[in-house]
Amino acid sequence: MNKDPKEIQTIIATDCGSTTTKAILIERKGDEYRLIVRGEAPTTVEAPFEDVTRGVLNAVAEVEDLTGRKFIQNDRIIHPRQDGVGTDLYVSTSSAGGGLQMMVAGVVKEMTAESAQRAALGAGAIVMDVIASNDQRQPHERIQRIRSLRPDMILLSGGVDGGTTTHVAELAELIAAADPRPRLGMAYSLPVIYAGNVDAREIVKERLGSKTSLTITENLRPVLERENLQPARLEIQKLFLEHVMMHAPGYKKLMEWTPVPIMPTPAAVGSIMQLIAKEEGINVVGVDIGGATTDVFSVFGEVFNRTVSANLGMSYSISNVLAEAGVENILRWVPFDVEVGDLRNRIKNKMIRPTTIPQTLEELMIEQAIAREALRLAFEQHKLLAVGLKGVQQERTISDTFEQTESGATLVNMMELDILVGSGGVLSHAPRRVQAAFMLIDGFHPEGITQLAVDSIFMMPQLGVLAQVHPKAALEVFHKDCLIRLGTCIAPVGTAKDGDDCLEIALEMPDGSKQTRSVKFGEMLLIPLDVNEKAKATIHPTRRFDVGAGRGKTIHVELTGGVAGIIVDCRGRPLNLPQDKDERVRKLRAWNKALDVYPGE
Amino acid sequence: MAHAYTPGLRVARQTEVKKERRLPLKGEVLVKVGDKVKAETIVARTELPGNVQTINVANKLSILPEDVERHMLVKVGDWVEEGQVIAESRSFFGLFKSRCTMPVSGTIESISNITGQVIVREKAIPVEVDAYVDGEVVELYENEGIMVRTIATFVQGIFGIGGESIGVLDVVAENPEEILQPDALTPEHKGKIILGGSLVTIEALRRAQEVGAKGIIAGGIGDADLRTILGYDLGVAITGSEDIGLTVVVTEGFGKMTMAKRTFDLLSSRQGMKTSISGATQIRAGVIRPEVVIPLDSSRLESDGEIEDAPSTGLTIGRHVRVIREPYFGRIGKVAALPPELQKLETEAMVRVLEVEFEDGSRATIPRANVELIEE
Repeated sequence: MNKDPKEIQTIIATDCGSTTTKAILIERKGDEYRLIVRGEAPTTVEAPFEDVTRGVLNAVAEVEDLTGRKFIQNDRIIHPRQDGVGTDLYVSTSSAGGGLQMMVAGVVKEMTAESAQRAALGAGAIVMDVIASNDQRQPHERIQRIRSLRPDMILLSGGVDGGTTTHVAELAELIAAADPRPRLGMAYSLPVIYAGNVDAREIVKERLGSKTSLTITENLRPVLERENLQPARLEIQKLFLEHVMMHAPGYKKLMEWTPVPIMPTPAAVGSIMQLIAKEEGINVVGVDIGGATTDVFSVFGEVFNRTVSANLGMSYSISNVLAEAGVENILRWVPFDVEVGDLRNRIKNKMIRPTTIPQTLEELMIEQAIAREALRLAFEQHKLLAVGLKGVQQERTISDTFEQTESGATLVNMMELDILVGSGGVLSHAPRRVQAAFMLIDGFHPEGITQLAVDSIFMMPQLGVLAQVHPKAALEVFHKDCLIRLGTCIAPVGTAKDGDDCLEIALEMPDGSKQTRSVKFGEMLLIPLDVNEKAKATIHPTRRFDVGAGRGKTIHVELTGGVAGIIVDCRGRPLNLPQDKDERVRKLRAWNKALDVYPGE
Repeated sequence: MAHAYTPGLRVARQTEVKKERRLPLKGEVLVKVGDKVKAETIVARTELPGNVQTINVANKLSILPEDVERHMLVKVGDWVEEGQVIAESRSFFGLFKSRCTMPVSGTIESISNITGQVIVREKAIPVEVDAYVDGEVVELYENEGIMVRTIATFVQGIFGIGGESIGVLDVVAENPEEILQPDALTPEHKGKIILGGSLVTIEALRRAQEVGAKGIIAGGIGDADLRTILGYDLGVAITGSEDIGLTVVVTEGFGKMTMAKRTFDLLSSRQGMKTSISGATQIRAGVIRPEVVIPLDSSRLESDGEIEDAPSTGLTIGRHVRVIREPYFGRIGKVAALPPELQKLETEAMVRVLEVEFEDGSRATIPRANVELIEE
């Protein structure tokens, strides 16, 4: 970037998604940066256009229409700004053309292969398969797999520094034998990154140097006790630009327009989330539920993890949610009777006509039931991968003897979670905001006190790439314009019989008024508290319940309001729905009524 | 966004159809521009590298990996037959011999002194591409394939399974509402493509497999039946490689769905003609729809060589649309009004809508996202 960040007045940021290209205009107003408008247009990577910049220009043209200002000249974004025309900074992310699709390989599935998987996912890739020496497959099966998947890139890891080289050599031989071809373009050789045992570098070079476009970087697991994922992640992103993007239509041109490297969309989201978590010292979980895939991001204790559930989504992949969750798990969230065959056909029809929207309330309820299961499954997958390092000897003290933690335990601790952020059509476009809050609660089961929010227009990708060069602007827009605060969820951990006392909450509202509410087990309660409002609360859980300080322990907290308000969820954790259908429907209706989720309840 | 509706599926009486026929890897093109080809004509050919097998010679002979090369009886590049001894070790003054034999025939590709593995590549796998439709070669992609052009009746489906099939079209259903009955299929349908009505059931699919039909075109298919015939629950709409012995093209959707009358009448008029169908469907980026292509020979070509243009995409008053979501799913009508302002649905969502007048004269307000143009 050639301009001093302080002098930047106008910023245009785009995100080229697989179906839509979104542009946002950010400007400095006085001392702070704010979102001005957004525009969008269909992405134009596919025929007949086959030029991503067309969609970018169309989206920016919408920004021009909305502001009455000029940003485009001769089919280019005017940059730098001159005489009030154009923009000072242009940045972009991209997931068009199916994003970055990778295979990773490592020696031990639970160790180096898992670290490699985390490195690839964190760099914004979709991991098509994980090859490991102990993955129970025959060598020829692995070779067949590499050949048939045609990834954009392979990340090969394996072995701690100074350890055995045999297994790494074996993996390199398999990759060489498969002679893999990249997905895009017949002519160029496949990028392979080696990030394993330093002693095996020469062997890998010998095996793969001539057959692939090999890059060697630091070992991502130099010793068992430590991961070093960043060098591999940076290398992946560099190669993504140099190889994959260069072969995607129009990207060469787009890359010339921006002084900042184009980031894969999920990597940009990860970057803004890490920045927020660090700035505020909080733990964050974010989810982006799209038509085809669902991404989950988490930052716990400054450890960032990202997973992508490549086949969980609300349109293209909706049928896969049904296949993975099972029809019973979807039906348990539907507050009326529906015939299984009919439900199955409806879901398949949505799959083949992905752009349709629910017209009736029943259709909306079914769609939101499916979303709950998609969120739940995606989060379960995330928890399995967002774990501490496996195979590590832990030092134990006497106190640990009673509280043994396994190596490889999940880092996701719902009681420690401060904020849960959702985005994606089904959450962002829910007709009532409380519906989004309820879907997030049912999909993620937050515990204790958790703030809920949605990223209304999924601006996080653009802000993530902007944060690389102008963190101040990115953070200001994130706080002021990006999130729609839904409110706060209070969910005591524990179970009891329906109707037993669960908690009492004493509130001091912003206007100074006081109120005390008692909530029984099995009930939900909504207490209105507006956006930007805070209430002081004293929460007394009964002896079987924990809201963060331990069972039966009172806590004093400040609760943040939102468009939905304060949601008290006394259905218990773990959350169990009644097995009996009539009973379940009765309860779902009662909860929907308590939170005023649907019209006419 | 400019296009808040689903572009329609094409149903064309007579149109130009161009098909790219490409090899997965570079190879040899067997025809030239100007050649008339039949659907079955092989137009390009190549060989995929053979499958790879690994043999851990060090383990088999109980020797160190670095000693493997010394014990090999064959070298890299050699072609070796199945059962042939490729490595041998002697121990105890040569009294005991251990041998390693080839599990398959193939070429020795590498011998590793680090892993002790020998990699063998089996015979190359021939791959051929046919023309898929009767027509003329109009373009040649060197070493990769061709473009074939034909004038044909062309119908796009919404969903399909199975790859490409070629056969004679046989109209079995009498009307577009009729459910395709298994007993309507006889051994005479071997090699044919069947036109059904509103639904193909699992019984009819099984019967079609039994008599050796090449394909079925129908309005709808039940999801439960789809799962039964595939043996798994289809998660993502990417199809075309299913191996069920026939191709299925569904024109309307899942469940019992009366085939659009225009589609049914058009296909019925092509009774007995050679038909190419493909079930390949991909709804995500780079949409691929299943299709029915019925090339028209000169005797069938309509006057003045008039050819329908590519479809227009505008949503205007009077155009025919199909509703593609509950509660009017599958009904066909005419656009009666296009109010520009957003309207509130029962769900409370504010969306752009249109008014549709159905064939029985009744009217309904429907989100624009929930209709599909019927391309004429």
